[in-house]
Amino acid sequence: MRRWWPSLLVLGAAVGVWELAVRATATPGYLFPGPTAVGSSLFSDRGLLASAAAVTLREVVFGYALALALALGIAVILHFSAILRRAVLPLLVLSQTVPTVLLAPILAILLGYGIEPKLVVVAVVCFFPIVVNAVDGLRSIDAELVTMMRTLHGGRLAVFRRVEFPGALPAIFSGARVAAAYAAVGAVFGEWAGSSSGLGFVMLQAEPALQTARIFAAVLILSAIAVGLYALVSLAERLLVPWQEEVAHV
Amino acid sequence: METAIDVEAPAVSAASAVSLHGVRRVLGARAVLDSLDLRVPPGGRLGIVGRSGVGKSTLLSLVAGLTQPDAGLISVCGEQSASGRLSRCALMPQRDCLLPWRTALDNACLALENRGISRREARERAAPLLASLGLAGSEHLRPGRLSGGMRQRVAFLRTLLSDKQVLLLDEPFGALDAITRGELQEWLSEILVREPRTVLLVTHDIEEALLLCERVVVLAAGRVALELEVEVPRGGPRRELVTGEAFLALRSRALEALE
Repeated sequence: MRRWWPSLLVLGAAVGVWELAVRATATPGYLFPGPTAVGSSLFSDRGLLASAAAVTLREVVFGYALALALALGIAVILHFSAILRRAVLPLLVLSQTVPTVLLAPILAILLGYGIEPKLVVVAVVCFFPIVVNAVDGLRSIDAELVTMMRTLHGGRLAVFRRVEFPGALPAIFSGARVAAAYAAVGAVFGEWAGSSSGLGFVMLQAEPALQTARIFAAVLILSAIAVGLYALVSLAERLLVPWQEEVAHV
Repeated sequence: METAIDVEAPAVSAASAVSLHGVRRVLGARAVLDSLDLRVPPGGRLGIVGRSGVGKSTLLSLVAGLTQPDAGLISVCGEQSASGRLSRCALMPQRDCLLPWRTALDNACLALENRGISRREARERAAPLLASLGLAGSEHLRPGRLSGGMRQRVAFLRTLLSDKQVLLLDEPFGALDAITRGELQEWLSEILVREPRTVLLVTHDIEEALLLCERVVVLAAGRVALELEVEVPRGGPRRELVTGEAFLALRSRALEALE
């Protein structure tokens, strides 16, 4: 907690300034709502927001899990095959130049208005940072460790299981953390392209009705989902990569 | 010439655990090793000393089958192919190369696990040995929390537990302070009495080589410049040994060859 208080202090001050500015200039709530207006929307629309958040949360979690599984699987395949790596890795980088905003409507046409196109958008957004970091992590293993394994009866599979994979975990986690921050935005893009529920849908509906406070409330919940996923991944990292801190102390 | 070597080699390797015959290894434009001949009998301990860059580590990786010579024959327990040699040699690299994510005990178990022995059984085998090396109570620490001397001991036990006939030790104590180093030298010579193996010890420390090995070769310009039989009484206190007359005489001869 002690680590966080400077950030919390700045955040609190910003919210205070925001409220004062809105009141002093008498800005109407539909143009720019103050924190109290957002807070009261959070409370009065809680039923609507909670069910929308549940939908979006599902898209985020399953889409993220899909990205993680695919990215790790593909990273391992690319690690074992130099030819595939040379063939596929540049294409993966190239695929990142296609804007997700354009991809989402196409996916909606192809996959309909259910959860599937949202999962794909979230997965596409999250896939890249994980796969690139995983491939780099697997390749940047100290060659001397591999030599040591070879003289100790270590076959190719043993080298992967006992040296390369655990050695790549810190890199995999830094990719996974970046992806966790993107996942929530991906889900909203997916919902904007065509949906009948979720936080993105709530935002779309509130906009023409000038319910700006509700949009802000939805964004706030979306941030909470992103921060929660990030915290979860960081926790998993601390549990699975406990040697990182020890090494840093040497 | 070639046929003569082919005929001679098997007879040589039958009597030697490790034999090198006319070995040449070129790195870049330079022949690091040239026409090198060496023999180590089974259970023998050969010290290899020389200045930095004289090809000591190159020699070990050739013997281990990690690289191939540009000319000449290498045989380890009768195996001449690279993969055959690799199956007989365990290399302890200069850096301890412990895996930071494994505890001391699990690092020591590595070779056992690689051979398909279950982790539980491997731990049961390694734990008493680790304790006998003075690491009782530290088994479950990861390398980041072990001292340099402890790390070297774990690395050595890991090499020993590969159950290979030939141990290739590359400057095993090079990174340690003088006191820890002396302790570990004594410790290693004790352990090699209990667990006899054929050992090739590479070091830049002549004293270390004379203490631990029965035979010491000095490498210079890619060849054996001097070969010494170490006939000094062992088993007494280390200080008496290294200040003994015979020991000092050997030491000054080796130093001369290094010049």
